Amino acid sequence: MAPPRPVSAAEIESLAIGAWILGTGGGGSPYLALLNMRALYRQGARVSLLDPLDLADDDLVAVVSNMGAPLVGQERLTDPRTVARAVEMMEEYIGRRFRAIMTVEIGGGNALQPFMAAALLDRPVVDADAMGRAFPEAQMTSFAIHDLRMYPLTLADVRDNAVIVARAASWKWMERLSRKACVEVGSIASTCKAPRTGKEVKACGILHTTSKAIRLGETVQAARRAHRDPIEAVLEAERGLLLFRGKIRDVARRTTEGFLRGTASLDGLDEFRGRGFELAFQNEFAVGWLDGAPRVTTPDLICVMDTVSGEAIGTETLRYGQRVSVLALPAPPVLLTPKGLEHVGPRAFGYDLDFQTVFA
Amino acid sequence: MSRIGVDVGGTNTDAVLLEGGRVVRAVKTPTTPDVTTGITRALGLLLQGASVPGGTPRAVDAVMIGTTHFTNAVVQRRDLTPVAAIRIGLPASASLEPFVDWPADLGAIVRGEVFMLEGGHEYDGRPLMPLDTAGVRAAARRIRAAGYTSVGVAAVFSPLNPSCEDQAADILREECPGIALTLSHQLGRLGLLERENATLLNAALLDLARKTTRAFADALRASGVAAPLYLTQNDGTVTLAEVAERLPVYSFASGPTNSMRGAAFLSGRRDALVVDVGGTTTDVGSLRHGFPREANNVVEVGGVRTLFRMPDLLSLGLGGGSLVQDAPLAVGPRSVGYRLPERARVFGGDDLTATDVAVAAGLLDLGDRRRVAGLPASLVTRALARMHAMLEEGVDRMKTDARDEPLIAVGGGCCLVPERLPGVSEVVHVPHQAVANAVGAAIAQVSGEVDRVFQGLGREEAIARARRLAEEQATRAGADPATLGVVEVEDLPIAYLPGNALRVRVRVVGDIGRV
Repeated sequence: MAPPRPVSAAEIESLAIGAWILGTGGGGSPYLALLNMRALYRQGARVSLLDPLDLADDDLVAVVSNMGAPLVGQERLTDPRTVARAVEMMEEYIGRRFRAIMTVEIGGGNALQPFMAAALLDRPVVDADAMGRAFPEAQMTSFAIHDLRMYPLTLADVRDNAVIVARAASWKWMERLSRKACVEVGSIASTCKAPRTGKEVKACGILHTTSKAIRLGETVQAARRAHRDPIEAVLEAERGLLLFRGKIRDVARRTTEGFLRGTASLDGLDEFRGRGFELAFQNEFAVGWLDGAPRVTTPDLICVMDTVSGEAIGTETLRYGQRVSVLALPAPPVLLTPKGLEHVGPRAFGYDLDFQTVFA
Repeated sequence: MSRIGVDVGGTNTDAVLLEGGRVVRAVKTPTTPDVTTGITRALGLLLQGASVPGGTPRAVDAVMIGTTHFTNAVVQRRDLTPVAAIRIGLPASASLEPFVDWPADLGAIVRGEVFMLEGGHEYDGRPLMPLDTAGVRAAARRIRAAGYTSVGVAAVFSPLNPSCEDQAADILREECPGIALTLSHQLGRLGLLERENATLLNAALLDLARKTTRAFADALRASGVAAPLYLTQNDGTVTLAEVAERLPVYSFASGPTNSMRGAAFLSGRRDALVVDVGGTTTDVGSLRHGFPREANNVVEVGGVRTLFRMPDLLSLGLGGGSLVQDAPLAVGPRSVGYRLPERARVFGGDDLTATDVAVAAGLLDLGDRRRVAGLPASLVTRALARMHAMLEEGVDRMKTDARDEPLIAVGGGCCLVPERLPGVSEVVHVPHQAVANAVGAAIAQVSGEVDRVFQGLGREEAIARARRLAEEQATRAGADPATLGVVEVEDLPIAYLPGNALRVRVRVVGDIGRV
């Protein structure tokens, strides 16, 4: 078995860029987590990345994620000590030591959460996640698709508050119980989800997504350095598809049941002049229509990037007049299975559409 | 109503006298290193023989000055004071201290001692932790002993509840008489690091702001003008100088903003695109209800991330001084800048500039036209086409609507703007376009803005409450309450927060009141 490989400071920077793209409009900006990682690396911390295939079947892996409202996260800034505490609480509760730490979600700020914990707890990060992108709900994971147990869960607040959800009857119940606790402590908390064995991670995780995000970030950085089109570079490297290029004509947002939902309308530019694109989002981009006909749906990754700078654009920062390119990147195969589509297909987001991949 | 507007730029100090909404007189003089001399000279020229009501300069009702002084100080890293930082919010946000992610050179000048203390609030107004008042007092004593003159205070969620910052300020005033204070809630918006960054920049600029405002006041006195003095702000409004000098960061972008406001006034348009072609760059902006549309995201100033009222501008590397190159064809971004009068060909220099191309094309009558007579016609045509394409792209990027909109062209190089542009209904030229910025300063009104999260209220009620708070703020800044009107309302529902949480931003504007 290969030892975990050290991750350089430059790779952490690339990871933040790649993770933001894989956030498909949601997942929260990795900026503050990146600042934390820079500080930790300056203080001498080094995190290493473990290939999930090198996990022993009975190794135990901590699955971490930040929970709460992105706006609160702008005031109560993410802190490595809190996420480390959620992991330690879980170890105390189950009475076993974790071999390594992984994220539930590679898209957005959560990609860096296991790194923050790993830097303090001196454990490697597993090169994997359970979404391969970002999704708004807890049951939208490969672990849920594989019907793995969703409890226990530990939740740590920055004060001396800690909650353990020992059991939950379903993913929905787990979401309700943990969400309630999260709101009480100020709508921001670090969580450690149900521990996973090495065997479960290998069989039910989405593998090598951390290194994929690092590579994606490096692709964008290299293109920028060479004054090449970063979007072109992303499409090439990830075998993605350019769905539309245009400018945002209108954005409508609303929150329902705690999610940022809305639509954005685009007018075509360049080869798409005269055509229109419509995007619907629920935290992340969920469906896209070209000239009124469905063109792309979740779980295919729908990424919106600034046409000029190549920066990924989040659903919260969509704005009139932005020049954007809409890209599709392939989704992890597990999400495309009939069971996967039940959890993360268009119907799971309330769209009466059949999933049809753009990569057929 | 008789008003004087002054724009103190890096190169020129422009001044206009406005009477009954009409530009009576306009002057342009070089900016002087001491500022005062330049303004005194400009005011002298302006009032010389001008028909001022009452016959004496003292009848001027108000003087509005816009300056890029404070931005330049940050960008050029000069005239900044070291600042002590107090962060209130522990145990939250402990891992990212004040000054995190500042450029090293700026941090080396501004970064003083950092104090992290318990306190702050939750998003719903509950206290996060009780304020550590003993800690604040200890910090204050340390600040006094170490000799800091300026302190920035930022508490978690202070825009929702400023009480921790206010209490800390009281203690600091007790312990450190005469200390200069900047409290982050004065700078509005949610986003702790960005708000704190703005607070610390502001604290570093207070000394310069005080000196600059005094210099402005001295210049007025020296010119025999007794009118109240206002400083113009990023959003195109003014605040009484004694209020404004406490918040210099609010004057960061007053230059381009004043140009756009001036363009609106001179053209009589309230909704239009504005293109301001200067010597090195062209600013493209969008007027909505007579005000520049605001940028909604993070704005970097001198490499520091901030988040506050700034106009949404697109800066293009194209101006009258842009260098033009043939084979391969290139226009800008390099420019001869303020040395245009010696370097451009029409002025006897050796550099081929956008101005030379404009003269050769017959768009502009400047300098010695014969000196560009030998330029190949094809180069002139291609260079002009390139400039038009750059402007076209810039204008199109700033448009927010598919409908055709009018475009107002201002600035010294506005002849470079073609008469027809796609998506533009007409190109409007205005009188006094070269001093549009000073006109923008002269016509400025007073504003108030609130950006807060409301819970458990209906949308209408939340907006009404935000409006009342904004009106109170405007009145404090010198507005006549009877003239206040809403210019902007924005509401954004917040994901993952219970109780119909709604973030509401309201901006009101009114005429200056009698002081």
